Amino acid sequence: MVSDTTSTAAATATGKAKAIQTRKLNLWYGSFQALFDVDIDVVQGKVTSLIGPSGCGKSTLLRSINRINERLGYVRTTGTIEVMGHNVLDPSVELTQLRRAAGMVFQRPNPLPLSIRDNLLFAYRLDRGGKGSRSDEDEVVEKALKEVLLWDQVKDRLLQKATELSLEEQQKLCIARLLPVKPSVLLMDEPCSALDPEATRAVEDLLWQLRGEYSILIVTHNMAQARRASDECIFMLMGKVVEHSATVEMFVTPKHQETADYLEGRFG
Amino acid sequence: MSDAIKNGFQAAPLDRRNQRNQRVFRLLFLTMTVILIVPVVVILALLTIKGAPALSWGFFTESPKNGLTEGGIFPALVGTLWLVAVALVASVPLGVAAAIYLSEYAKDNLLTRLINLAIINLAGVPSIVHALFGLGAFVLFFKFGTSILAASLTLAIMTLPVVIVSTREALQSVPQSFRLACWSLGATRWQTIRKVVLPNSISGILTGVILEVSRTVGETAPIMFTGAVFFLPFLPQSVMDQTMAMSLHLYNVATQVPDIPEALPFGVALSLILMVLLLNSVSIAFRVHLRRVKKW
Repeated sequence: MVSDTTSTAAATATGKAKAIQTRKLNLWYGSFQALFDVDIDVVQGKVTSLIGPSGCGKSTLLRSINRINERLGYVRTTGTIEVMGHNVLDPSVELTQLRRAAGMVFQRPNPLPLSIRDNLLFAYRLDRGGKGSRSDEDEVVEKALKEVLLWDQVKDRLLQKATELSLEEQQKLCIARLLPVKPSVLLMDEPCSALDPEATRAVEDLLWQLRGEYSILIVTHNMAQARRASDECIFMLMGKVVEHSATVEMFVTPKHQETADYLEGRFG
Repeated sequence: MSDAIKNGFQAAPLDRRNQRNQRVFRLLFLTMTVILIVPVVVILALLTIKGAPALSWGFFTESPKNGLTEGGIFPALVGTLWLVAVALVASVPLGVAAAIYLSEYAKDNLLTRLINLAIINLAGVPSIVHALFGLGAFVLFFKFGTSILAASLTLAIMTLPVVIVSTREALQSVPQSFRLACWSLGATRWQTIRKVVLPNSISGILTGVILEVSRTVGETAPIMFTGAVFFLPFLPQSVMDQTMAMSLHLYNVATQVPDIPEALPFGVALSLILMVLLLNSVSIAFRVHLRRVKKW
């Protein structure tokens, strides 16, 4: 997906390559301003958690990165959002390309009402403009399912409807179907909130395994989850970024009073 | 200790009054429902008893004879099929396309709301007004003459709002989360519609279309001035021909022809109802199939 390999390589050399970088990002829904001068840097290959009380703009921020919120029609954005060094707000950006490079996982697992196999090949086929050969497709399906540790459970029923899987399997499938088009960034909007604790654990473990190859930005309401399963944390409040630091630091020695209050459950 | 426990949960006077009211209202609603069903049952029973003797193989395959007082309904049957088929060809692509635009593409702005309002109002226009519009527009202005084409287009315009509304409902029954999933995987709107929205709403759309057909079959006013005639000794050969039609034929044998055997109009009416019921049962079968296939 990323054609500009030189700048990426240069950035990697400095040791702090950014998967996502926003500068002075402001966003309005109609006349309501949801984001105020948001500057975030998501380091490549890490899991970064977006935390904050309901309505603080974390989902809005996430959804502006792959520009899925634009379907609402009354959204206005200023500033820059760079994904792998390219400003995605540039008028020349092709949304379909951006969305495959920045895959998104939703709060409720939303597999398409197709077979498991067709779900996994959905983006792949869109990307190459049609079906591939049977053996190529088989390989893609197997690789993606193995990456999310779902292959053994579903390998004998790939033609079954994906909507019949358990919620945990559905959510893993929703992650797996992003992978065949080789995304650089995975955007996750509370991916575990519809799952029971055990499934949550399984999906968290999976995210931890996927980090490195993919840069993951995850919105979560679950402080314990942010603490266990992320490298860095961004705390947002009222549409502004309050604090961004390594997860360990934020939870042990928060720099701001609001962060400390929120982490200790005094509001939110 | 509360009174309820002291009395061992026995009914107090207030409870008895509440229970009596509840029974009265239940009975009231039940009575209304029964009253509603009575006319339907009576109509069907009457038509069957009085009309069944007229039905025979020949009734469906022969032309009317002796100024409609004898013979069958074959040309009217064929004519109605023509009218419905041509009306569908005109209204379904138009209606479905408009519904897709309104449901999948259009933003919720003033223009869209005006269009929606227009559609709802169009559905409320009396059929005789459509008939006169059809006469003015298709028969005279476009010079189609009184023909199947003019009559069917009139029917199509009349049924368009219903096609649009039922299609839009079918489209909107597809969960938004599917669309979001598709878009987030880099599908365009059209790819989303083609691969996910339409396959999951097609049965619903078809159900609406079939219900639409059954309504079109019974319409009389819109075709009276635009293409349907009292009697034709031959079947229509093209859409530019005039035709007989079931609904108008029923009107004629019931009111316009003196000295007609009593069973004949009832036979025509029964045939018309059977035609509608047949189409409706196909639509119900679709719906059952739809429920069985759809699982999310």
